[in-house]
Amino acid sequence: MANLLEVIELTKRYSQGNVFDKTVFTAVDQINFHIKPAEVFTLAGESGCGKTTTAKLILGFEEPTSGEIRHNGIAQTRDEKPWITKGVQAIFQDPFSTFNPLRRVEAYFHETVQNFHLARSKQEAVDWIDRKLRLVGLTYPEIAGKYPNEFSGGQLQRISIARALVTDPKLIIADEPVSMVDASLRMSIVNLFKKLRDELGVSILYITHDLATAYYVSDRIAIMFRGRIVEMGSVDQVLMKPRHPYSKLLRDSIPQADPKQRWTTSVTLAELEQQEYLRQGCRFAGRCPDVMDICKSVVPVDIHVEDVRIQCHKYADSAVPSSLEESQP
Amino acid sequence: MTAKKATVLQTENLQAFYVLEMQGTQKVVKAVNDVNLQIYENEIYGIAGESGCGKTTLLKTLFNDIVPPLRLMHGKIRYCIDSAEVDVTSLSAEEKRKLRMEFISYIPQGSMSVFNPVQRIRGTFRDFIGSHVSGKNRAEIIESTYQRVVELGLPQNVLDMYPHQLSGGMRQRVTIALASSLNPRIMIGDEPTTALDVVVQRGVIQMLTEIQKSLKNTIILVTHDMGVHANVSDRIGIMYAGKIVEEGTTEQIFAEPAHPYTRFLINSLPKFGDKSMRESVPGSPPSLSNLPQGCPFHPRCPHVKDICRQQMPDFTQLDHDHKVACWLVGEQQHG
Repeated sequence: MANLLEVIELTKRYSQGNVFDKTVFTAVDQINFHIKPAEVFTLAGESGCGKTTTAKLILGFEEPTSGEIRHNGIAQTRDEKPWITKGVQAIFQDPFSTFNPLRRVEAYFHETVQNFHLARSKQEAVDWIDRKLRLVGLTYPEIAGKYPNEFSGGQLQRISIARALVTDPKLIIADEPVSMVDASLRMSIVNLFKKLRDELGVSILYITHDLATAYYVSDRIAIMFRGRIVEMGSVDQVLMKPRHPYSKLLRDSIPQADPKQRWTTSVTLAELEQQEYLRQGCRFAGRCPDVMDICKSVVPVDIHVEDVRIQCHKYADSAVPSSLEESQP
Repeated sequence: MTAKKATVLQTENLQAFYVLEMQGTQKVVKAVNDVNLQIYENEIYGIAGESGCGKTTLLKTLFNDIVPPLRLMHGKIRYCIDSAEVDVTSLSAEEKRKLRMEFISYIPQGSMSVFNPVQRIRGTFRDFIGSHVSGKNRAEIIESTYQRVVELGLPQNVLDMYPHQLSGGMRQRVTIALASSLNPRIMIGDEPTTALDVVVQRGVIQMLTEIQKSLKNTIILVTHDMGVHANVSDRIGIMYAGKIVEEGTTEQIFAEPAHPYTRFLINSLPKFGDKSMRESVPGSPPSLSNLPQGCPFHPRCPHVKDICRQQMPDFTQLDHDHKVACWLVGEQQHG
C-alpha cells in the first residue's frame, strides 16, 4: 500500500431546520482522492465548497455520513482517531487564534512532547523542540518565554508548523495556512512546505483558494466545487490547461501582477450558496458558460481525459474508459 | 492622462502618530510619517505595503477620522470640495460628519461590523442615509438607494435579510453599495477584498470599478495584493514604515520598479507557468515605535550602503509621475 492517505466515497451531510421543515445538504459528496508519501496535494475551491469539512473529517473532528478514510491502508475507526496515531498533524488558518493569548508559545511544544512521550528529561525536550524550530528558521531561545502577541503573523504561522512537526508526522493538513499572511510573506510559508516535502519526506494536504501558490508548491491538485471534486490531476495539467468550466473561471479570476493582463470579461457570482448545493444535476450549471440541457438534470460522473479526472458532461465523448486509469498509481 | 487633472485630495507633510502613555513612559508609534499625496479626480489610487506599515492609519487620517490615541502631529489634509480647497482638520465635528458619506466614504475590511446584527439591511441603509438627508425628499432618496442596490446586481431580497444571512462577498458588495449611495467624490477601500475568494474578489472589484466609472469619482484602494493593484489601480503608492517610498503609474511600477522593496513585492508573487524559486521579502517590517535610523528599509535591503543607515533619502523624480525615495537611485543619477 503505497498511499499515505486514501479517501474513498467520503460523504458528509448536514441538515438544517426542524423536524417539519428540514433541508439536508451534502457538504462533501462522494469524494475520492489519495495522497502519496512526500507529495504536496492541493484541495482548492472557494469558501463553502467543503474543503474545510473534508479536513475536519480526515482529522476526525467530524464523523463522516458514509465513506472511508484510510491511513496507510488502515481504515480510520471511531476509537482510533488519526491524531492519536501521531502521523497526522494540522495547521490552521488564523495563527492568532491557534494560540491562547495568555499562554506562552513554548508551552504548546512541551505539551506535545509530553503527550507523545518524546523526551525523558527537560533538556532532551528542549533539544527536540529546538531541532524542530530550526526547520522553520527559528530557534528555541527566540520563542522561549514569549506570548503570541510578541510575534508577527508570519512568525506565528511558522511556529505552528514547527509545533506540528514535533511528532514527526508523515502528513500535515494545512487548512488555508497563508490566507491570513501578507502576500509578501506568503512565499516563506509555501517555500517551507517545499522544503519539508523534499528534505523530510512529509506529505502535505494543502487546502487553499490561492491557486497561484498552489501551482507553485503542489504536485497534484483537486478542484472542489460545492462538495464535489470536479477536476483532479497534476497541477500542470489542471492549472495550465483547465478543462472544467469552473476550473477555468477560478484560474482566470486570479489577478495577475501584470497591468497588461487585466480582466476584460465580467463574472456572474452565485446568489446563494445553498441554492447551488441543492441544485439538481451539475451544481455549476447555474453559472456555467457552456451549460447544456443534460447538465440541469443529470449529475456528471467521474471521467478521465488524458491524466485528469473530471466531472463534466462536456467531455463525455473524449473520455478514456476508467479501467485504463485504475492501473495508474 | 494628457490633460492636467484636478486634485481632489492633497496632504502636505502629513504626520500622524499614536501617542501612548503607559506608567509614566511615553510610546510614540509613527504610523504616518511625512506623507505627501496628491490624488486626482476620476482615478483609482492604490496604496500597497505589508501589514503594520501604517496603511490603515493613513486611510484614517485621509478620512479625517483622527481620534486619540492617534494625533495629527504636523501637516495638512485638504479636500477640494466644489473646486474650493478646504483644510479639513480644522473643521468642527458636525462639519466633519457632514462630509462623510457625502464627500468621502469608507469601505472597511471586515464588513460584518458595518451592519447592525439585529437589524435587517434595509434598516441600516435607512439609518445611514437618513442621517445625511433631511426634509421632504428624504423618503424619496432612501427609496432610490434601495433601487440602486438592485441596479448594482444584488438580489432584490437582500435588503430584507440580516447580516449573518449573507455570505462574505455579498456583504462586502452591500457595504460598497451603501458607501456609494450618496455619490461621494472619494471612496476609500481598506483591503475590501482581502478575506474573499478569487472569484468573489473579482466580482467585488468589478463592482467597485463599475461604480467608479459611472460616478467618475476617486477610489483610494489599499491592499497588499499586487495582483489586484495591477488589475485596477491607475497609480500606485508603495508604503513602507509610515512613508511612501515609491509612487508611479501602474505601468511604471510594474515595468520599472525602482525601490528594492517594490521589486520584492512584485517578484515574490508566484506566476503561472513559472515554478522557479520565489523568495519573500527577508526579515519582517520594523516596529513603528522603534524605527531604525536612516532609511527604514535598510535592515532588510540587499543593496544597503553606509548612507542608508544614516539618512532618509529624498524623492528622486525618475519620470513624469514616477518618483522614488532610495539612495541607490539617487547615486546612479548623480554619476
